[in-house]
Amino acid sequence: MEPAQTMVKITFVQDDGTRQEVDAQPGLTVMEAAKTEDVPGIEAECGGACACATCHVYVEPEWREAVGPPSEMEEDMLDFAFDVREESRLSCQIRISEALDGLVVKVPSKQF
Amino acid sequence: MSDTSPLQAADDETGAPIETDALIIGAGPCGLFAVFELGLLDIRAHVVDILDKVGGQCAELYPEKPIYDIPALPVVTGQELTDRLMEQIKPFGATFHLGQQIDALSREADGRFRLSTDRGQVFITKVVVIAAGGGSFTPKRPPLEGIEAYEGTSVFYSVRRMKDFADQDVLIVGGGDSALDWTLNLQPIARSLTLLHRRDDFRGAPHSVEKMRALVASGAMRLLIGQATVLHGADGRLERVTVKTKDGEEPVVSTRMLPFFGLTMKLGPIADWGLNLEENLIPVDTEKFQTSVPGIFAIGDINSYPGKLKLILSGFHEAALMSQAAHRIVHPDKKLLFQYTTSSSSLQKKLGVR
Repeated sequence: MEPAQTMVKITFVQDDGTRQEVDAQPGLTVMEAAKTEDVPGIEAECGGACACATCHVYVEPEWREAVGPPSEMEEDMLDFAFDVREESRLSCQIRISEALDGLVVKVPSKQF
Repeated sequence: MSDTSPLQAADDETGAPIETDALIIGAGPCGLFAVFELGLLDIRAHVVDILDKVGGQCAELYPEKPIYDIPALPVVTGQELTDRLMEQIKPFGATFHLGQQIDALSREADGRFRLSTDRGQVFITKVVVIAAGGGSFTPKRPPLEGIEAYEGTSVFYSVRRMKDFADQDVLIVGGGDSALDWTLNLQPIARSLTLLHRRDDFRGAPHSVEKMRALVASGAMRLLIGQATVLHGADGRLERVTVKTKDGEEPVVSTRMLPFFGLTMKLGPIADWGLNLEENLIPVDTEKFQTSVPGIFAIGDINSYPGKLKLILSGFHEAALMSQAAHRIVHPDKKLLFQYTTSSSSLQKKLGVR
């Protein structure tokens, strides 16, 4: 048997304030963790190719430094998201590590 | 379009209905491979796609991204896969009708199908193959309240006639080539022009960015860094748009708005063709990949059946079985002999290798 991998907690906060905490495996992306647990509002139309901007999330202020800024390619793709803010990221481009245990991200009211 | 493309462009200006054996809706990998499988069985095909290029999602969403699960190709990009398929189907001379969407489908008295595109091209075909993937690519509509009411009168997602923008207060939103090109093209004829982008960094061609910045510097147009938040107007006539910038909110007088936020996939008119649908997918059987209407097949990501996997390789398999069933409709009197391309003289002749 494989050694049990330490799971990381990630909380998704919907526009109406609903919180959903999921156990995520390090190495996956935040988008994959959301899709695995059926988190509403993360569409990921392109399946994680950084090609559609429908997995847009807002990173809570205290987590922005740990998560880091978007790459140039991701910035370009964020042009296709709506209501983009400084804390905007595409969740398919956030790789989960143990350093992100407890991460809180907000799901926008609408992906488009 | 790549250099290797044997694309045979259609002359759709004649307006005459095109009669064919098969009409394939969608020029993604499954639609392209369907040309091959149908072609081996002497079924001629025309292909329609709403994009102005072939390849579907492979070309539009991830042309540069690697795909690792195509049999015998350990790694291939979306564009390479498209180019290779175009090379493979070259012998069958399918005609492509790009930049068009099939709007309507009906049945003729003789059992064939009549389909028409949004540009007025009509097809009469014995079988229809829906290989439309995630649906048709359509411009993204910004989620601004009430925007639908202005579409087609004040808000446009493409420019069909430049004169619709003459002497108007034009607001263009976006930072790619479409936004920049139309900024440069419409600025000379507009009453005023404002380009709005969320950041002071553009994806478009550098020389377009330079030209735009020169126009801004000379006072011929405005560049605003921010996002549109509220539309104001009445009866489909836009008057102004509230723009949120880092300095606060500002009303921008706008009688025309052109949002360029890329494309998204929508099922579109397929929903109105009387086919059974389940959650925007088309249920098919797994012998023929036929829909609830005999003669209309669905392959690739758009279909559903127990165990369905949305993989390109599944779509290829579906194209092969669909073609067998299509043969019985297109050539009812011909016996279908199962043959291998490796050894069959007749198949090799069709492929032009013999």
